[in-house]
Amino acid sequence: MAEMTQKGETPEVLFWVGCAGSFDDRSKKITKAFVDLLQDAKVSFAVLGPEESCTGDPAKRSGNEFLFQMQASTNIEVLNGYEVKKIVTACPHCFNTLKNEYPQLGGHYQVLHHTQFLHQLIEEGRLKVDTKTSYKGKKITFHDPCYLGRANKEYEAPRALIEKLSAELIEMKSCKEKGLCCGAGGAQMFKDAEKGDKEVNIERTEQALDTKPEIIAAGCPFCNAMLHDGVKNKGKEGKVAVLDVAQLLAQTESL
Amino acid sequence: MYLSSIIFAIVFFVAIGMFTRNVRRIIRNIKLGQKTNRSDQKSKRWKHMARIAMGQSKMTVRPIAGFLHIIVYVGFIVINIELLEIIVDGFLGTHRIFSPYLGSTYDVLIATFEIFALLVIIAVSAFWIRRNIMRIRRFLKPEMKGWPKKDADYILYIELVLMFLFLTMNASDYWLQQHPEGQSYYTQAGHFPISSLLTPLFDGMSYATVVTIERTSWWLHIIGILAFLNYLYYSKHLHIILAFPNTFYANLNPLGRFSHSETVANEVKLMMDPSADPYASPAVESEPISFGAADVKDLNRIQLMNAYSCTECGRCTDVCPANQTGKKLSPRKIMMDTRDRLEQVGKQLDRGLAIDDKTLLDHHISREELWACTTCNACVEACPISIDPLSIIMDMRQYLVMEQSSAPSELNAMMSNIENNGAPWPFNQQDRINWINE
Repeated sequence: MAEMTQKGETPEVLFWVGCAGSFDDRSKKITKAFVDLLQDAKVSFAVLGPEESCTGDPAKRSGNEFLFQMQASTNIEVLNGYEVKKIVTACPHCFNTLKNEYPQLGGHYQVLHHTQFLHQLIEEGRLKVDTKTSYKGKKITFHDPCYLGRANKEYEAPRALIEKLSAELIEMKSCKEKGLCCGAGGAQMFKDAEKGDKEVNIERTEQALDTKPEIIAAGCPFCNAMLHDGVKNKGKEGKVAVLDVAQLLAQTESL
Repeated sequence: MYLSSIIFAIVFFVAIGMFTRNVRRIIRNIKLGQKTNRSDQKSKRWKHMARIAMGQSKMTVRPIAGFLHIIVYVGFIVINIELLEIIVDGFLGTHRIFSPYLGSTYDVLIATFEIFALLVIIAVSAFWIRRNIMRIRRFLKPEMKGWPKKDADYILYIELVLMFLFLTMNASDYWLQQHPEGQSYYTQAGHFPISSLLTPLFDGMSYATVVTIERTSWWLHIIGILAFLNYLYYSKHLHIILAFPNTFYANLNPLGRFSHSETVANEVKLMMDPSADPYASPAVESEPISFGAADVKDLNRIQLMNAYSCTECGRCTDVCPANQTGKKLSPRKIMMDTRDRLEQVGKQLDRGLAIDDKTLLDHHISREELWACTTCNACVEACPISIDPLSIIMDMRQYLVMEQSSAPSELNAMMSNIENNGAPWPFNQQDRINWINE
């Protein structure tokens, strides 16, 4: 972003990478897949890089409103400094926080989840999807991230993308409004679960595996990690893949 | 003035007086909470209430329970039209006073009430079977042991008894209307498709006996209704009233937007403002600010109204990922505990006592419950009357973190990572861009 500003350029959109997309090995693949798609669609975009900091979502969900607002204020200063208008992110937690919790602190942006943005690009004809993909007829089930689905009522964009792949979209017994959490939200990702008789991600993975899918699709790096661990725990690694919707699309691009 | 009219007036006004006292208690208790502004977007709020409370749109998400509930709900409203006539008759000592004015409409109305009475009996019986014979998981959770279970059953029994009294009253009336001696008082009025099937039961009885049956069931029916009205305060059945304001004042923002603290915002603004004088004392000496909620007085009034409105149906708990996987957290229990604690505080106020130092936190809701929440909003989405258990959990977490610094140690580590290097993990902020070259 800094380089573009120096050159006097204004990108169409700022890609907010998020902590998972920046540091977690599995999530970095999502980041790269999404960047591939942006480049294919000839979208001019920028990232903040070292100027990006945590949105504050896990701090807020933990109850640390102070730390959240410190993070938010710092980020808003950076974003407003670059006069950012439109942000896209592959993380529903960043998406929700930027979209819903920054305006009260002076951060007003058009914020899109990457599945929404990709769907727009396809609708506008900027991104082409090969309909004769290797996914044709494959069974794919989609896990609704809580902060994309219930929190922001976006259920259709990721599903529309999967349908573009000519794949067979199968729904789990609890989906959309009733979708079961992967177990990572509310800062649970960063701590051990309380005592119980099961891990939430195992429960959700079982629901996903009940649909006998070849691929479990997700739209959140944390859900992705939780479900990946669940599949591994169930001994299905190598048989059932857990992939972000952007990864599915990017793979068709290269085929 | 008849003696019966005097007795009726006494019974009626005592019941209404007691009910008013209960309503005042509820309002006083709710006002113990913090003020919050939810009077914006009026037209959107009316629509929300019309759709969710009046239209029962969320009830039918579960079709069987939803369908049965709509029968009882519509039946309740429809049969209450009859209640109006019963009250007028009670005061004036008349009998079926509306019939001469309404003519054939009256017949249609009475017939409709009867059909609904039968449907309510069927639906309530089905509810009883669901609660007592079928092993439906959400009705068997630990928080339902004791009074909550009894309360649920009592409501069903009362409704059954009221409907049977209503039909007995009509059946005996219909029998008396046919009787030569009854023509003067029990004039031909109403059409009785259901209770007319019961009239053969009275054949062979004397006129006086059937009059006694008719009068007894008339009196028991109205006394039963007035007693039920006063039972509401002690029961989860309060939802029949509070579901309406509760949906009206619901949170209309996206569920992902958690509550914003203006107090914290001011502190942060001050910290980030280079021109602020760090040694300046506040212009006005204000009360010490506290963050989050440890007890009911720290919660806002909507949250406290939520607690009184909860019907303990358990749809929230049923969809809670933590509860589904055997953790202690149950969103329904959060609401029940909040109401219990609020009642406890209210009772102390009634007796003019100082409020004890027990709190909602720890004495009712444990930290283990609070930290098990994934903030997934499934409970909020599932509630048929827009109750928000998550907001209470979040306010209590905020108290734990900002007042007591007692988050689980892993979360403290996560938060210090955010403070130090801008990510929940211990990675250097400068490395955020490294993925490009990997």
